[in-house]
Amino acid sequence: MNFSKQSLKLASVFIGTMLMGGVLAGCGSQSDSNEIKVGANFEMTGNVANYGSATLDGLKLAIDEINDAGGVDGKKITLVTADNKSEASEAVNAATKLISDDKVSVLVGPAVTANVIAESQVATDNKVPIIAPDATSPDVTVENGKVKPFVFRSCFIDPQQGTVMAKFASENLKAKTAVIYVDNSTDYSKSLGKVFKEKFEAAGGKVVMEEAFLAKDQDFKATLTKIKTANADVIFVPAYYEEVGKIVKQARELGITSPILGTDGWDDSKVTDIAGADALNNTYFSTHYSDKDESVKPFVEAFQKKYGHMPNVFAALGYDAGKMLADAIKRAGSADPEKIQKALEETKDLKVGTGTITMDKNHNPIKQAVILENKNGDRVMVAKIMPEE
Amino acid sequence: MEVLHQVLQQLINGISLGSIYALIALGYTMIYGIIKLINFAHGDIYMVGAYIGFFAITQVHLPIVPSLLISLVVTGALGMLVERLAYKPLRHAPRISVLITAIGVSFFLEYTTMYFVSPTPRTFPAMFGDVAVTIDSLGGIVINGQQMLILGITAVLMVILTYIVQRTKTGKAMRAASFDTETAELMGINSDRIISITFGIGSALAAVAGVLVGIYYNSIDPLMGIMPGLKAFVAAVLGGIGILPGAVVGGLILGVVEAFVSGFISSTFRDAAAFAILILVLLVRPTGIFGKNTKEKV
Repeated sequence: MNFSKQSLKLASVFIGTMLMGGVLAGCGSQSDSNEIKVGANFEMTGNVANYGSATLDGLKLAIDEINDAGGVDGKKITLVTADNKSEASEAVNAATKLISDDKVSVLVGPAVTANVIAESQVATDNKVPIIAPDATSPDVTVENGKVKPFVFRSCFIDPQQGTVMAKFASENLKAKTAVIYVDNSTDYSKSLGKVFKEKFEAAGGKVVMEEAFLAKDQDFKATLTKIKTANADVIFVPAYYEEVGKIVKQARELGITSPILGTDGWDDSKVTDIAGADALNNTYFSTHYSDKDESVKPFVEAFQKKYGHMPNVFAALGYDAGKMLADAIKRAGSADPEKIQKALEETKDLKVGTGTITMDKNHNPIKQAVILENKNGDRVMVAKIMPEE
Repeated sequence: MEVLHQVLQQLINGISLGSIYALIALGYTMIYGIIKLINFAHGDIYMVGAYIGFFAITQVHLPIVPSLLISLVVTGALGMLVERLAYKPLRHAPRISVLITAIGVSFFLEYTTMYFVSPTPRTFPAMFGDVAVTIDSLGGIVINGQQMLILGITAVLMVILTYIVQRTKTGKAMRAASFDTETAELMGINSDRIISITFGIGSALAAVAGVLVGIYYNSIDPLMGIMPGLKAFVAAVLGGIGILPGAVVGGLILGVVEAFVSGFISSTFRDAAAFAILILVLLVRPTGIFGKNTKEKV
C-alpha cells in the first residue's frame, strides 16, 4: 500500500496547480475591455418561471438589438444568466455569483418583488446597481422611507395602478360598492388590494367584501358563490393571468355579471384562452401599454419576428429594462458599476419600448399607464393616464 | 331561502372538486395498500396525464374519449416504469429511503416536464359549449356540463375499479398481496407483477383526473400536481389509507368541507381547514373513517 501514499502526494500537487490556475484565470477575466457584462438573475425554473423567462426573452431582444447596432461605444453587451429557481434565497445566491464570479457591471431582475427585495442587500453591499423590470411594489426601491441607492426599476408602481383603477371604478363605472379578491401568496396582489380599498373608499365607495385565494388554485367557485351574494357593482381582482383567467371563467359560469377589474398581471393572451372571449366581456385592467399603440408597434413586431408569438407584459418590461440599461451604460461611458448607478439616476425622457421614462428621486420611473377593456376577444384602450406628480 | 340556495350551490361546488380529489386519492391509497409507500410523485403523475391528454387533443386532434384513453394507457405505463426504476430496487430498503425517493421522483417529473413543455400554462380548446343547467326553483343554482361530466366519469371509474378489485383474479391477488405480501407469494402470486399492475391502475386514474381538470378549469401547468397531490393525500388518510371506498368518501368530504369553509367562513382558511383535518384524523383516529384498529402481532 505504499503506492497510495505516493499517488496522494501527486494528487495534492495536481489539485494545488488546478486551484492556482483558477485564481490566475479569475484575475484575467475583467480586463477584457471589448464587452460589458450584465447579469440577468431570473426565475427560469420554479413556480413563477413563466414570469421570469418571459422577462428574460424581452431583455434578450433588447440586448440583441443594441449589439446588432454596434453595441455601446463599440463594446458588446454580454448577458450572463443565472436561475434563481423562483426562491428568494436562491436569488441572493445567484446575485452573489454574478457579482463575485462573473464580475458583472449591472444586474437585471428578478421578476417578482420578493426576490428583488432579497437580492437588493447583496447589490448594495457590493455597489452594483440592479434594474428590476417588473417589480411594482414600492418597497423594492425604498426602505424605511429611504431610497436604496443601487436599486432601480423600469416600470410603474402599485399605488399608481391601484389609484388608477379605483378612480376608474368610481368615476367611469359609477360604482358604489366593490368586492376585493386578492392572491394571498403574492405581495403584489395584497398591496394592490390595499391601495384600491383606500382610494375607492376615499372616493366615497364602499368595499363590501374581501376574499383571498392562493396562486395555483384551480377551483374558485366556492368563494365566487359567496362573492355573488354581495352583489357588488365591481369586483377587483389584482392577480396574475393564470388565476385571473380561471376566476373570470368560473365567475361568469356562476352567473356573476358585474364588471371585473384588474391590473397588469392580467396582461397576457392566456387570459382570453382560459376564460374565453365571452366571459371576458365587461372586464377592465390597467397595464403598461396597448399593443395597438403606434409607438409600441416596432417592439411588438421585432418580438414576434424573434420568438414567433406575441409578447406579454413581462416581455415588454424586460425589453424596457434592456433599453434603460444600455442608455445608462452609454451615458456612463464606462463599465464601472458606480458610474452606471449615477447615470441610471439621471435617466430622463428616455424612449423605451412601451413609452417614455424619467427616473424620479425614489428610483421609480414616471411612466404612463393605460386602461384596456376586453371586448369580444379584443382589447380596446379606454384611457391613457400619466401619473400625478 | 337564500341560505339554502347557498348551501346547495356550495354542495355542488364541493362535490365536483371532491370527485377530482377522490380520483387522485384512489391511486394513493391503492399504492399505499400494497407496498405501504406514500407515493409523493402521484400528484405529478396526474400532471403528466393532463399533458398527454392535452397533446392528444391539440396536436393529434383527437376527440375527448380517445384522448382520455391514450392518456390513461401512457400514464399507466409511466407509473409502472417509475415503480420499476425507482421503487423496485428499494423493495427491501428502509421505508424512509423509498419515501425520499418518491419526493425525488416528484421533482424529477415536475422539472423534466417543465423543461420540455416550458413553464407557461397551456389551455385546452373549448370542447363543450357552455352547457349549464340553472335550477330556478331553488334560487338559481348552477350546475354546468363539465361538472356533470366529471361526476359521471368518476362514478363509472369507481364501478370498474370495484369490479376489478372484487371480482377478477388480479384483484384477488392485489387484495392478497396487500394483506400479506410474503404469504401471497407462497401461494404462487407473483407479487412484483401485482405491484406493477397496481401502479399502472393508480396512475391511470390520476391521468383521467388530470385530463378532466384540464378540461374543467381550462389550464394546466407543470406544477399543477403539487397541491391536489397533497389534498388527495389528506383525503386518503381521512378515509383510511389503503381502503378504496375510504379514498372516495374522503375526497368528497374534503371537497365539500373546502367549499363550505370558503363559502361561509373565509376563503383564507380553506387550506388551513384541509390540513387541520389531516392533523385531527392523525390525532383522533389515525386509521381514518373506514379503518379498522388492527393489533400489531408480535
